[in-house]
Amino acid sequence: MSRPETGRKAPRSKGVDGWLLSAPALILLIVAASGPLLIVAIYSVLEKGDYSGVRWILSGEGWFRVLFERDIFDQTISLADANLSIFWRSIKLSIATTIITFGFGLPTAWFIATRPARSRAFWLFLITVPFWTNLLIRTFAIMEVIRNQGILNTFLTHFGLISEPIQILYTDTAVLIGMTYVYLPLMVLPLYAAIDRFDFRLIEAGYDLYASRWQVLRGVILPIIKPGIVAGSILVFIPSLGAYVTPRVLGGGKNMMIGNFIELQFGQGQNWPLGAALSTLLLLVVLVSLIVYTRVSSKDNTNG
Amino acid sequence: MNTDIAIDARNVGKIYGSGAGAVTALGDVSISIKKGEFFTLLGPSGCGKTTLLRCIAGFETPTKGSIHLSGTDITYDPPYQRPVNTVFQSYALFPHLTVAQNVGFGLKMRGAAAADVAQAVDRVLALVKLEDFANRLPQQLSGGQQQRVALARALAPEPQVLLLDEPLSALDLKLRKEMQSELKRLQAETGITFIFVTHDQEEALTMSDRIGVMSAGALLQVGTPHDIYDRPTTRFVADFIGETNFLEGSVEDHQVRIGTGDLLAVPLEGETGPVTLAIRPEQVSVTSAQADMSGKITDATYMGTDTHYTIELKDGSPLVARIQSKSTATFDVGDTVGVAIDARAVQVLKS
Ligand SMILES: Nc1ncnc2c1ncn2[C@@H]1O[C@H](COP(=O)(O)OP(=O)(O)OP(=O)(O)O)[C@@H](O)[C@H]1O
Ligand SMILES: [Mg+2]
Repeated sequence: MSRPETGRKAPRSKGVDGWLLSAPALILLIVAASGPLLIVAIYSVLEKGDYSGVRWILSGEGWFRVLFERDIFDQTISLADANLSIFWRSIKLSIATTIITFGFGLPTAWFIATRPARSRAFWLFLITVPFWTNLLIRTFAIMEVIRNQGILNTFLTHFGLISEPIQILYTDTAVLIGMTYVYLPLMVLPLYAAIDRFDFRLIEAGYDLYASRWQVLRGVILPIIKPGIVAGSILVFIPSLGAYVTPRVLGGGKNMMIGNFIELQFGQGQNWPLGAALSTLLLLVVLVSLIVYTRVSSKDNTNG
Repeated sequence: MNTDIAIDARNVGKIYGSGAGAVTALGDVSISIKKGEFFTLLGPSGCGKTTLLRCIAGFETPTKGSIHLSGTDITYDPPYQRPVNTVFQSYALFPHLTVAQNVGFGLKMRGAAAADVAQAVDRVLALVKLEDFANRLPQQLSGGQQQRVALARALAPEPQVLLLDEPLSALDLKLRKEMQSELKRLQAETGITFIFVTHDQEEALTMSDRIGVMSAGALLQVGTPHDIYDRPTTRFVADFIGETNFLEGSVEDHQVRIGTGDLLAVPLEGETGPVTLAIRPEQVSVTSAQADMSGKITDATYMGTDTHYTIELKDGSPLVARIQSKSTATFDVGDTVGVAIDARAVQVLKS
């Protein structure tokens, strides 16, 4: 074979090198990320084992049980209201957590980004301090604050603002408070990064062009820091949806979220295919909401 | 109340901060700017030009004094309630909006109907010759085009007064000249009062109906470019606008005796005692023949059309003369020459 022109050969060999260089990353992605997902997906379509595990027989029962339940006596099929309400509660609480963390996160991030450069590192450090403590301990700390004989109720009773302790612990509100607290930094940090890049002179330009404070916020600031809002919302919404520790500790046994429900199937419930199907469904819900969310938020960019 | 006045600033002072770190940006500035005027604030860096502009725009509240717009006190009105728009030095275009949306922003915020906004945007974009760029984003434009968008955006709501804070300083020389005449044209076509800030004296002289010269938070002199250039009232103004020679002297016999002992018949308006004479280099002529005064050439700088000669007079004071390079006589360093001063054009300043 005659020697090809060097000019043509160079890019080709570079391409091969490129693949070789990225091989470790690809292998890691396949083994560590896609592999376990694949196993979960496969388990969801197998038959449940006698006590736990699966039998290698193809079955739609796992997926069937996500939505329906069979009466033990007469085998009639009905919608699994309990499952659906757990899904619905998870989505509701996650959306609420995202909105509340945004409500607190925006002023916080704004405050930090408008400090002098020297003190910003300090404020950012304060925001990240909770990460240094175990999640379980932080959650128990919240419990200490909101339980009936806890700090909050004692305080309010002491000052005569309430006569009876307010029952917060083991309610959805408790779960919401806990998740807001735990995920707030994940909202603040991307918002801060976006506000830090924001050109504050644009606010004056807005005021100059007859925009009120509210109009400047809506028409100038929010659209420009939108990448930070999108990133923060995703970072908060996804772990909220799969939250396990917080609803377990603060929600008690009855206020389950999807994470607890899935755990139940792999533990006490001994129904691995159902657990696997629920996990896969959770993943799909996350993916679909991500796609919808990014679509919607990139669309309203153009009608400013 | 004089209805010809657009902006009337009365005894405006502005102090930033308080206590030991306080900075007095404006001392006590009073100024009346007429409707439809192209008014320029000129002064060195840090003299308070931007501060005065920001007080008029409403971004700063004066520490003292008041600002009136067409007779109404607007000192404490927020910027979004003032029919005054600003062209920012940094342009400050909204990066997430197209050119058309940027230009329509002000009208939209004021609640104009969509159709009216669209019509106004088309009209103003045509005015700044950017019709073809309506749907681009600001970052897809050159610096000069962004400048025009900033201008169009500020003009679209038809403000009573347009404030321009060194709008041309980021442009290269050629574009700058182009935009200078463009601004003049826009001002003439729209009839809007322009308040223009610059520290470039040439720009101020060529563009303005009137100029206000500022220094260290004070307004030193207000007048037409001719007034300012030909009849500066202070040494600072004479020095800041163009090049000027200063000779010390004292009034004697309706003339001024300068350090060399020579008497100059400069126009006097009752001044007595010590005075300073401000003499433009083009008012000094140099001859090889005998003249009023004599001196020695210590420096000759060829500047293209002109040559600048520095002459040392008998008493040692330097005097710069600007002579057209193509004039018949040329001189060398070391030559002793005759010096004549066009005394009628000399400006007398109180020492
Ligand atoms: N926000 C502020 N806080 C404290 N001091 C300020 C502030 N803004 C301006 N100054 C000071 O006020 C004085 C006048 O500033 P100003 O910006 O009005 O000057 P300028 O004439 O516009 O100068 P330049 O030509 O450099 O733009 C300066 O000494 C400046 O340091
Ligand atoms: Mg300035």
